[in-house]
Amino acid sequence: MRRLNLVKYVFLCAICVSLSGCITPPKGFLRPSSDCLQNRQLQTRQYDTKDQEAIITSVAGVLQDLGFTLDASETELGLVSASKNADATDARQITFALTADILSALAGAHSNNMAGCDKEQKVKASVITKPSLDGSKTVVRVTFQRIVWNMQNQISRIETIKDPEVYLKFYTSLSKAIFLEAQKI
Amino acid sequence: MKNSKIISLSFLSLFFLMMSAGCVSTTNKAFRCEESQVELRSIQTRAFDTIDKKKMLQIIISTMQDLDFVIDKADLLLGSVTGTKFVRNASIIMTVTVRSRGGKQLLVRANARCGVTSVKDPETYQDFFMSLEKSLFLTAHQID
Repeated sequence: MRRLNLVKYVFLCAICVSLSGCITPPKGFLRPSSDCLQNRQLQTRQYDTKDQEAIITSVAGVLQDLGFTLDASETELGLVSASKNADATDARQITFALTADILSALAGAHSNNMAGCDKEQKVKASVITKPSLDGSKTVVRVTFQRIVWNMQNQISRIETIKDPEVYLKFYTSLSKAIFLEAQKI
Repeated sequence: MKNSKIISLSFLSLFFLMMSAGCVSTTNKAFRCEESQVELRSIQTRAFDTIDKKKMLQIIISTMQDLDFVIDKADLLLGSVTGTKFVRNASIIMTVTVRSRGGKQLLVRANARCGVTSVKDPETYQDFFMSLEKSLFLTAHQID
């Protein structure tokens, strides 16, 4: 009987070891998602100019205005990629975690919800400018991603930002910058 | 007394042997190729009947953006694009390279990694090339 338990234990250990550190890539991750066209619309704007250089210069300026630092660029392909570290603390999340911790302490149990609260985030932006199909306009497409760390400095979330407000803010700033650039202000 | 000395000495030598063996194996792990290079290359590569490298790279970039990738780096001269995509809790990094083949075609090679695991699934790459075909209005030819 004891021998059987030992065999079970060894078998379980073997499974655990084989599973640990093994991230399998999700199936079909290179297939377009159902909201692909919607995202493209959200992320893209057209400007009535053929001057791609002026647009890409304005893009770099806007990213700097928003506190990003430029990581890489390839002007021939119209690419500018940038990143920014920002605070990710959320007062509501902290209040909720703190209340849960206090309540469990009062009940005599130990919990540490505060450790799971968001602390810092890194936002990555990538902007592509290219001529439109008929060549009379310039198309700009921006995409944002973010990595969030919790209070224990562990990555708690990684995601593509799909909040329309973020894109609206970027394009409002870009339109202003292009106008200022055009007026040579 | 003599026995215990022998035992401790053998343990010590075993320890050093394990230490040195560990060092060698981790370095080699980074350069190890388990699968056939020819097979992997054929899974990851397609040929297209065009010679416009810049247009090809621009379309690769927009296809990758449609697939939720954020473009990290690109180089026209080298013909490479690198992007990152987040799927649930996995971070996928993909590099696509474009090079000329015989002055009539362009070879496109996609290479994806998920954490430390290299993606070797032919269907996944087929999905990517199907999207690329649609954007290019060109047929992707399987290479030998």
